[in-house]
Amino acid sequence: MLHRFANPTRFLRLANAVLPWLTGMTVLIIGTGIYFAFAASPPDYQQGETVRIMYVHVPSAWMAMFAYAFIAVASAVGLIWKHPVAHVCALAAAPVGACFTLICLTTGSLWGKPMWGTWWVWDARLTSVLILFFLYLAFIALANAFDDSSRGEKASAVLALVGSVILPVIKFSVDWWNTLHQPASVTKVGMPSVDASMLTPLMLMALGFTTLFFVLVIIRTRSELAARRVNALRSARIHSETGKPETSPTTGGNQG
Amino acid sequence: MVEFLNMGGYAEFIWPSWAITLVVLGVLLMQSLKSMRSNERLLADMEAQSPRRRRRAAQKAEKVEG
Repeated sequence: MLHRFANPTRFLRLANAVLPWLTGMTVLIIGTGIYFAFAASPPDYQQGETVRIMYVHVPSAWMAMFAYAFIAVASAVGLIWKHPVAHVCALAAAPVGACFTLICLTTGSLWGKPMWGTWWVWDARLTSVLILFFLYLAFIALANAFDDSSRGEKASAVLALVGSVILPVIKFSVDWWNTLHQPASVTKVGMPSVDASMLTPLMLMALGFTTLFFVLVIIRTRSELAARRVNALRSARIHSETGKPETSPTTGGNQG
Repeated sequence: MVEFLNMGGYAEFIWPSWAITLVVLGVLLMQSLKSMRSNERLLADMEAQSPRRRRRAAQKAEKVEG
């Protein structure tokens, strides 16, 4: 099934068909999430109003991990099956994941200052998420480090796979170590220990962030595919003008 | 209204959190769209210029380079 979309044109056709729906859903779901976050949910009996920070902090944390898992899977597909769009999707998703991680870290600090009395602590959860942020930057840097884009793709794909060990570390950090960051209250065995009135904005924002992720990845993949086509046209033009055989290395697209 | 904006005294933490979230995601979206539009416009211009022969050569080049 995947090889049907190995053809970039077919992939683009599907992506473009889906994009307006995803965009509409994103606007609707995030809009509703914001309403619930501020107008239709109570303050917490312990955290007070700062619980409203959780409605962006937790979803962005989930997306930070989801995006990396997406990149790892796309990298594996690209390495194993040489699916040409797989690496492009991974590269498209990386800045999105990095942004979600950044949001997670900063909103976490803004929550921690009033609640814990500190902007930062080197506990296992915070430190491993910071490492995840650096992994994203390293992935992007490595992908762009080579003149030949296929080398960059392979190198960054390997990095993504090796680095995926960080995901279980992040997830279980609050169980394995004595951390200041609190243990899981939603993604745990048994029912979530969060009241429905707070679970609603949380889940809405998480869903909205997810659809937003796919909107962004589609846009960025389209952009990169177009840039690569431009480069291919340029090198074809050069070769037809100079009469040389086609041996030029590819350069990565304009990721801008 | 003032009470709402004050967020129980936590306004200086809550509003910047949401502002950072919306600004970061907004900027990312804007930059991604801008890049996509510019690359696709450039591609459309180039494809309009090149004759069919070159377009086929370009497709071949793309397949080779993956």
